[in-house]
Amino acid sequence: MSDFLKIQGLEARIDADGTPKEILKGIDLEIPKGEIHAIMGPNGSGKSTLSYVLSGREDYEVTGGSATFKGEDLLALEPEERAALGMFLAFQSPVELPGVNNANFLRTAVNAVRRARGEDELDAVAFLKAVRAETKRLSMSDEMLKRAVNVGFSGGEKKRNEVLQMRLLQPSFAILDETDSGLDIDALRIVADGVNSLRGPDFSALVITHHQRLLDYIVPDRVHVMAKGKIIYSGGPEVAKTLEKQGYTQFLEAAA
Amino acid sequence: MPAVTETRETVEKLAKSSYEWGFETDIEMDIAPKGLNEETVRLISARKEEPEWMLEWRLKAFRMWLEMKEPEWAKVSHPPIDYQDAHYFAQPKKKPGPKSLDEVDPELLKTYAKLGIPLHEQALLAGVEGADEQKRMPVAVDAVFDSVSVATTFRKTLEEAGVIFCPISEAIREHSDLVKQYLGSVVPAGDNFFAALNSAVFTDGSFVYVPKGVRCPMELSTYFRINARNTGQFERTLIIVEERASVSYLEGCTAPQRDENQLHAAVVELIAMDDASIKYSTVQNWYPGDDEGRGGIYNFVTKRGACRGARSKISWTQVETGSSITWKYPSCVLAGEGSVGEFYSVAVTNNHQQADTGTKMIHLAPNTRSTIIAKTISAGKSDSTYRGLVRMQPKARNARNFTQCDSLLIGDQCGAHTVPYIESRNMTARIEHEATTSKISEDQLFYCRSRGLSEEDAVGLIVNGFCREVLKELPMEFAVEAQKLLQISLEGSVG
Repeated sequence: MSDFLKIQGLEARIDADGTPKEILKGIDLEIPKGEIHAIMGPNGSGKSTLSYVLSGREDYEVTGGSATFKGEDLLALEPEERAALGMFLAFQSPVELPGVNNANFLRTAVNAVRRARGEDELDAVAFLKAVRAETKRLSMSDEMLKRAVNVGFSGGEKKRNEVLQMRLLQPSFAILDETDSGLDIDALRIVADGVNSLRGPDFSALVITHHQRLLDYIVPDRVHVMAKGKIIYSGGPEVAKTLEKQGYTQFLEAAA
Repeated sequence: MPAVTETRETVEKLAKSSYEWGFETDIEMDIAPKGLNEETVRLISARKEEPEWMLEWRLKAFRMWLEMKEPEWAKVSHPPIDYQDAHYFAQPKKKPGPKSLDEVDPELLKTYAKLGIPLHEQALLAGVEGADEQKRMPVAVDAVFDSVSVATTFRKTLEEAGVIFCPISEAIREHSDLVKQYLGSVVPAGDNFFAALNSAVFTDGSFVYVPKGVRCPMELSTYFRINARNTGQFERTLIIVEERASVSYLEGCTAPQRDENQLHAAVVELIAMDDASIKYSTVQNWYPGDDEGRGGIYNFVTKRGACRGARSKISWTQVETGSSITWKYPSCVLAGEGSVGEFYSVAVTNNHQQADTGTKMIHLAPNTRSTIIAKTISAGKSDSTYRGLVRMQPKARNARNFTQCDSLLIGDQCGAHTVPYIESRNMTARIEHEATTSKISEDQLFYCRSRGLSEEDAVGLIVNGFCREVLKELPMEFAVEAQKLLQISLEGSVG
């Protein structure tokens, strides 16, 4: 087993109007290099919190456990350092940046990451070439590059923009937080293709979703069921199908 | 630790990054004794070898000033200014007068370099005029070093086009009729306390005259810089653009670090005739004072443009990042039918800076139009006020105004205020006002950082996005400088 991503006993809480609220209550999870794992679970089980804690959002306080990524203490790194190390989070609700040109944002991000990884920065021409190839693959119009980041984007456009960023930043580990929500079937196919084409020995992902539907397109190596801040069951891709048919009840009862 | 606290701490840490351009140049100075009285006014006039009418004009202004009181309506506060405790005239001791740039003190050139005057302009200042003139960027620099213009470039090209661009003291001597006709015609000597003071003791500034039908062949640029201890700066700029002529004028400034507060009270007058257009762009970065607000520049400026001719246009663009106190309202008097006034502004305040700035659009004639886009960014413990007047006079049939004021707050100890004054005396006039206030959210910062941007870069990106509508109005080479400046002030402001 590799030491690619290793999470042990991870506990985290958030400050809810002055009262600390425990959300992650001891997560154990390992994702080896080259594998795609899925996490499914009911609302409020802590799925999104896990993605935020892994990518370094500061609203959450880690109270126990550890997480290492490529041998580094992930929790000690700033969000931008995690990005440079190869981590990417596709947001459930991508954030709007009024007035910030999307192409400019993408290029700034790509070059920041390249700089941090010791690679040459892309000049405007090279960048444009790279970005055009990707927008074409994702059936995005050039016009979206000229608009302000996520401002006035439809739900589907925002998700495609996330996948576009992911592809340009070339992460070795991506977390997709409910990237399927708000997508129609065509968009879902396009987004799934965007992820699948990255699949290989050097790309891992954690796909967070409510629905089995996405997992028809991005077939995971492992599926984890999460409830009440813990992973209560892990299995192969068939778990998603079971969940779809029978719901979470049996997993919850088994765990209780 | 909650993210908000941490961000605030980061902000405070960054805010302590010291003023990058705080330095002094060691040059021999010729300084008049401290104090302000009729003798001072006479001395300035004599040193400038001015004609008699100019001295009389100054003395009249001085007597008016004595009767006036400092305005108190602005939302700024400062200890009382002792007008007797300052020098009103200082100039670098010079050889008979630099006839060519070779004679310019190398110290001055070094100062320009530190100021970050763009390389091509430094080259203009340092290099030889002539041969490769065409290859360079078409920008003419009239450099004001303390109170005296020491270098003026591109005079020849401008002269061929018939454009006059020279220090105002020279214009007073050599283009006396023009100056006499227009000086004080837009901002009368008795307009306000600081304008009266300026009229009495102004020591230098720029004069521009663009004759009929001439498009000024290059952008005109002046860099201001305060360099002598305890000398107030009283710049006076007069720009006259005749029928169907146009000009773009750039003004930028930084100041060295120092202890005492310094008063800066400039007056700028613009005059546009039929179908003329004037674009006046400012990047202002006077020393803002230390973390506690000590030692910064007081910037009390009167800028006003008169659209005298039909279809004339005056456009003000400003990026204000410096000064301890800014009191400034570049305005347009729209007297010509169908004339257009524009005001695009970014004002950044940090630490203990105070800014009360905005514009006045006075619509006198039918079919006049004005646009106001004001972006205010407050950080640290600073306070920023947008104060704007839109007035539609009875004859302003079908006049229109659109105003948009946006404030961006960084941290929770700063303030932003919007004070619009709207007066309409014509039923057909249309006035629109929009205002927003927002903060840089943790969501936005995290989003950017998760894409690999540092917190500073993220803030720079967001702030530049916020200011985009204004920055795009700046001439190209200035826009780059302005973005850099925003980033620098915001390293000290949020980041």
